[in-house]
Amino acid sequence: MRNVVMLAVPVAMAGVAQAGTLELSVEIPKLSVAEYHRPYIAIWIEDASGKVAANLSVWYDIDLKDQEGEKWLKDIRQWWRRTGRSLEMPMDGVSSPTKPPGKNSVKFDTAAGPIAKLAPGNYKIIVEASREVGGKEMVEIPFKWAPGAEATGSATGKEELGAVTLKLTK
Amino acid sequence: MKTFAKRLLIAATAAALMAGAAHAHRAWILPSSTVVSGDKAWVTLDGAVSNNLFFPDHRPMQVEAISITAPDGSAIKPANATVGQYRTTFDLELKQKGTYRIAQANSGLNASWKEGTETKRWRGTMAEYVAQGIDKKPGVELTASSRRVETFVTNGAPTPLKPTGKGLELGGATHPNDLYSGEEIAFTLTDNGKPAANVEVTLIQGGDRYRDEPGELKLKTGADGTLKFTPEKAGMYWLEAEASGTTSMEGKQLKSQSTYVAVIEVLPG
Repeated sequence: MRNVVMLAVPVAMAGVAQAGTLELSVEIPKLSVAEYHRPYIAIWIEDASGKVAANLSVWYDIDLKDQEGEKWLKDIRQWWRRTGRSLEMPMDGVSSPTKPPGKNSVKFDTAAGPIAKLAPGNYKIIVEASREVGGKEMVEIPFKWAPGAEATGSATGKEELGAVTLKLTK
Repeated sequence: MKTFAKRLLIAATAAALMAGAAHAHRAWILPSSTVVSGDKAWVTLDGAVSNNLFFPDHRPMQVEAISITAPDGSAIKPANATVGQYRTTFDLELKQKGTYRIAQANSGLNASWKEGTETKRWRGTMAEYVAQGIDKKPGVELTASSRRVETFVTNGAPTPLKPTGKGLELGGATHPNDLYSGEEIAFTLTDNGKPAANVEVTLIQGGDRYRDEPGELKLKTGADGTLKFTPEKAGMYWLEAEASGTTSMEGKQLKSQSTYVAVIEVLPG
């Protein structure tokens, strides 16, 4: 199964932008468990000092009434600690519904939004998953960023995440 | 057993000081979560005095003595409070973002003197102390005692704790709702607002019922009141400190005695 989600990212730097794409494929394993809930997943970019440089996506139950889904955001623990707890949710272009098992692809315009604001340097893409009545897992992919840079990378989780691949194209 | 004897001793002194409060064993307020998110966040809390941590097996905490301070400093009443045989249970809705402080705190003045071979004890306010002529008793010793049992719960990002300036309190570089296994914690203990130097601190991880060794960790604050330690394991911890010294009140020098308990949660780092 392949679900392609194109996120709308507001164009912040009209004119100067060099259009590029950061594409991330996040595999959610199909699990045979008695009670299955889709995992909550946060995706962010960390700079060389370990600080959050860009919040890319948070997949959670955004449509529950009374924003009930936000109750469990703190369980995406590392994300919550590093950035989530200081954010006002829902966040435009970041909050997104949970995804089904399979390969889920997300694309970000590198000429707009938070990625466009990154200084050239070494970064990591971090994907953290937390599943209700399930486990937690975090994988990271290091990459070098500069406007117009091209890069690929991958990492694999053990329990809550499958293959995660990064493709940076100009 | 040394630690048991010591506990009895503390109980014996404190019981005379604070009528009505349960003092033996270990007092605690345990939140169902220390970190919450969302606009409809609730936690449920247990308050008890028990032998094992955190299993209610002795006395419930008195609910009237519990105070809740919201991030903006306002006082909040415990919701759905029930006093059971072994524990008091109450709920708290965290409508504001920031850190809530849930405490049972009390303080008072105690005096003791000798009349012949008999030791007389008195408890009251400074005005009563003078009005009743207690200050004129031969060899009278006046002690200001304070005791605080508390825990913290944060909705969203932690906000700094505002010290009350009374008795022993927790502060410092590390926020009590921002603790992770394998990472150094740097607290500062203050006594009446001043750094509490060389104070002995006991740290015990919950779940001692399932351990042969109680696992009491004895720590000491530095000269500047700092307390540094790195918890190896995630879990709920019971932290207790006791300080004695001197203080002044309305121009009078007196002894001070202060007890502090906090329940803190260390999350997986």
